[in-house]
Amino acid sequence: MEPIISARDVRKGYGKGQSRFEALKGVSFDIREGESVAIVGKSGSGKSTLMHVLALLDAPDAGTLTLEGVDARTLRGAKLNRTRNKTFGFVFQQFFLTGSDSVLENVMLPMKIAGVGRTERKRRGLAALEQLELADKAKNKASNLSGGQKQRAVIARALVNNPRIIFADEPTGNLDSHTGAVVEDILFTLNRENGITLVVVTHDEDLAARCDRRILIRDGEIVEDSGSSREEVAA
Amino acid sequence: MKTPDLIGSAVSNTFRSKTRSILTILAIFVGAFTLSLTSGLGTGINAYIDDTVSAVGASDAMTVTKVQEGAGDFAADSGPVQYDPDAVSTGIPGNTVIALTPDDVDTIAGIVGVLDVQAVRSITPDYIQFDDGTKFVASVGSLVPGQTTLLAAGAAPDAESTDLQVAIPDSYVDPLGFSSADEAVGRTVSIAITDATRAQHVLEATVVGVTEETLASPTGASILPNDALTDALFDAQSTGIPADQADRYTSATVWFDPDASAAEIAALQDRLADEGFTGTTVADQLGTITSVIDGIVLVLNAFAIIALLAASFGIVNTLLMSVQERTREIGLMKAMGMGSGRVFTLFSLEAVFLGFLGSAIGVVIAMVAGTALSGVLAGGLLSDLNGLILIAFDPVSIATIILVVMGIAFLAGTLPAARAAKADPVESLRYE
Repeated sequence: MEPIISARDVRKGYGKGQSRFEALKGVSFDIREGESVAIVGKSGSGKSTLMHVLALLDAPDAGTLTLEGVDARTLRGAKLNRTRNKTFGFVFQQFFLTGSDSVLENVMLPMKIAGVGRTERKRRGLAALEQLELADKAKNKASNLSGGQKQRAVIARALVNNPRIIFADEPTGNLDSHTGAVVEDILFTLNRENGITLVVVTHDEDLAARCDRRILIRDGEIVEDSGSSREEVAA
Repeated sequence: MKTPDLIGSAVSNTFRSKTRSILTILAIFVGAFTLSLTSGLGTGINAYIDDTVSAVGASDAMTVTKVQEGAGDFAADSGPVQYDPDAVSTGIPGNTVIALTPDDVDTIAGIVGVLDVQAVRSITPDYIQFDDGTKFVASVGSLVPGQTTLLAAGAAPDAESTDLQVAIPDSYVDPLGFSSADEAVGRTVSIAITDATRAQHVLEATVVGVTEETLASPTGASILPNDALTDALFDAQSTGIPADQADRYTSATVWFDPDASAAEIAALQDRLADEGFTGTTVADQLGTITSVIDGIVLVLNAFAIIALLAASFGIVNTLLMSVQERTREIGLMKAMGMGSGRVFTLFSLEAVFLGFLGSAIGVVIAMVAGTALSGVLAGGLLSDLNGLILIAFDPVSIATIILVVMGIAFLAGTLPAARAAKADPVESLRYE
């Protein structure tokens, strides 16, 4: 089966001259559809940069990134925006909900950006909230939710456009262990039952252990990839 | 993102930080309020002049005089002007026109574009008197069909009537011995006129109306006879003049197509000039007054625009803060696939909406304040200028003000909006 994301010798650096910092020093791996992958590493290891590159938020300096067989360099402007909107869902540690807007408004944002009609937006937004057992909070202001509720709202927002891949950046980092576990369960259920590919960036080893595959990054290089052997077998 | 959604988001974002938005709107409000008042002043005064235009002359009529060679030509050498027995005083010292003869009137009537022509006769009565009261000097004005005058009481003299009717100016009511304008209506006054043989004729006429004094009154402080009285006065005045000398007119009124464009009117004036006549429309006569007022209003508007420019820096400031505060949100929207163009539009719309709110509130309050102010002034300081609404508002200039302010707000919003559009989602979403 063709991998959904394929990275080949991806390099990314910041700054110039003396202060030049190589965040990624040639990273290669494939992610298959439906996989759950944990990208693990310490702060500054380059794991966030890797996620940004995979999510097409940042272009690599060198190397190729292929998304569903399409070279990411050919995706530009409106096409790139559409791809991001339709293919990806994002879950962030700090939620990034607009506090003054209602929960439903927040969840509908990706559809609003995609240009989905008002009625359809509302229907799908409420359905996503229903799925995450937040339907009763739809009208509440996002700022009035608890941490766990906020992260569930964020997952609802990530789900609402039926993405192929969900990128989760430290999804449980701001939650206590109990609510964190609940959120993890939700993410893995989506991965298992809906076949959504899950890419989790974390330094939480317990969370990483629940994923199908663990990629360890150190100083911009992959030092360990539990899936590489399987990949070789598949190839 | 679809356009209605963009507008909706922009509107709701405006109210997110209420205090800041309100302060910005207030700044815009001050500018829009001032601009509305100054332009309202222009509208009011010009509307007043327009109202009196119909009094000065019908819009489809022009006054035609015969060109005097060298007259009014200041560039010509200052040698003596040859005597012309046909020269008639226009009433302005040293300013004469050549009298029109019936032949000239026929010539004018034959010019293409002239629908009708009527000679204007010069009548100079000696005095006007009521009962046995004091005699007052009076000049005679005339109304041509299509002209109106502002009346304080009664009605305009009836052109069709065979009765001798006259309208007197408001300023004559008291001196003549009437207690009020209404009381003067229906009374009989005596008008005396001297003929060529120095014999004085006295005619009795009924006062049918009292005219208001206006800025651009056609008759000024002159009495307004109807056609029957005009004929009677002219006949009395012409007694003893040889027949071939009697029909001398200072000017003629020419009617043209009311729908004529400015170019067609100019063409008609050219054709008149070819025949040796000068045609002057009301617009020509009023041109100077209007341009002076327009000039003053323009200067006042310039001050208002300066206030708006100051307010536009407020918009820049507000939106820059807003962009700063919403960095994360902008980053998130871009990560979710919102294009830079849409982000720019969103913030521009917020600026435009701020401008719209400020200008709409400014315009509405200016209309209320302006109307109240003109009401007070009309009853006090400006009570002598009847019919003047000092500050008036017309829909076109109101709409223009709102659009101009929204335009300025858009320009002010471009800097913050461009900054938001340029924001890098990775940079915006970074935390660690």
